[in-house]
Amino acid sequence: MKIKVLGPGCANCVNLEALVKEVVAELGAEATVQKVTDFKDIAKYGIISTPGLVINEVVKWSGSVPSKAKVNELITTELAKGE
Amino acid sequence: MLQWFADRVVYSLLGLEKGTRLAGALNFFIYDTIKILLLLVVIIYAVSIIRSFFPPEKTKKLLSHKREFFGNIAAALLGVVTPFCSCSAVPVFIGFVESGVPLGVTFSFLISSPMVNEVAIVLLLGIFGWKIAGIYVASGLAVAIAGGIIIGRLKLENQVEDYVYQIKLSDVELPDLTWKDRSDYAFGYVKDILKKVWPYIVVAIAIGGAIHGYAPENFLMKYAGRDNILAVPVAVLIGVPLYSNAAGIIPIVHALMEKGMAVGTVLAFMMAVTALSLPELIILRQVLRPKLIGIFVAIMAVAIVFTGYLFNAIL
Repeated sequence: MKIKVLGPGCANCVNLEALVKEVVAELGAEATVQKVTDFKDIAKYGIISTPGLVINEVVKWSGSVPSKAKVNELITTELAKGE
Repeated sequence: MLQWFADRVVYSLLGLEKGTRLAGALNFFIYDTIKILLLLVVIIYAVSIIRSFFPPEKTKKLLSHKREFFGNIAAALLGVVTPFCSCSAVPVFIGFVESGVPLGVTFSFLISSPMVNEVAIVLLLGIFGWKIAGIYVASGLAVAIAGGIIIGRLKLENQVEDYVYQIKLSDVELPDLTWKDRSDYAFGYVKDILKKVWPYIVVAIAIGGAIHGYAPENFLMKYAGRDNILAVPVAVLIGVPLYSNAAGIIPIVHALMEKGMAVGTVLAFMMAVTALSLPELIILRQVLRPKLIGIFVAIMAVAIVFTGYLFNAIL
């Protein structure tokens, strides 16, 4: 699974990245977490309110830091799809 | 209810004598702090729920290819409900321009969004009452609409950095949110804001309380009363470098108003604090050439000073 956190480096973007890594570790999921900071690359996903969360190239969240339960739910749903 | 609580704490619990300066200041402080914090929680929660329906990605679609005037009105109104912080000013600006929102309409949004923000509204409502809060919101929207129309008329598209026009955004289908998502978002936002602003509010209310209790009546009348023509521009000049501290400014300004600062001067000061901020201008420099930033600041300064004089004259 490929997870991308979109954001130029504001506090919320850093928080989301940490949260995603935490959830991935807890789930023991096989996933890469990548940070996308260049706006030209962020624009490719159509997001203008950061932070954004992209899983397997699909925008799952934008504009705020989701709750931990939400991140867990999003990742678990994607994991289930892959099986 | 709150007054009863503040009275209990000050007069019964602490045993201070009614009518003394210390008791007055302390009572004012306890009452105002609790009232403002409660208002913040309730209103920010409600505003956040509304906001979850208007992400910037949707707002830009609504405003794309809108005409002057109606487009500016729509942009100023959407500026109130679209979540926006100066850290995303650049992406939002690029996104708007890219999807065909006219420059003047984009500016109406950029002006109204920080100026008519929920923290300012809550504090004005809680401390000054609905009349001043209403005047502030209405004149803030008017400034945003007029400022955007003027910038649109000046045809300054060539003063936007070239790279902005080269960025292509994909069309995104934002995921659907459940009511629980919206509520979680709103709750998280309330927590964020409270964490950020409570120290400012408490300190500001304390200073306000001290001024309220100790400063002589009308001592500001001479300097900041409506008869001093220089008060409004000076208030605007002081307001520009003070940023994101609407929370810390309003309680102090309220006490100053009690001591004789004119209403229009207070409004102009508030607007300068929220709408013209140095850090935001620096961030916007990434997408705007200096000339456009200069024009933007000049138009805003004139509009804010005008609003100040207007309300000093009619109220």
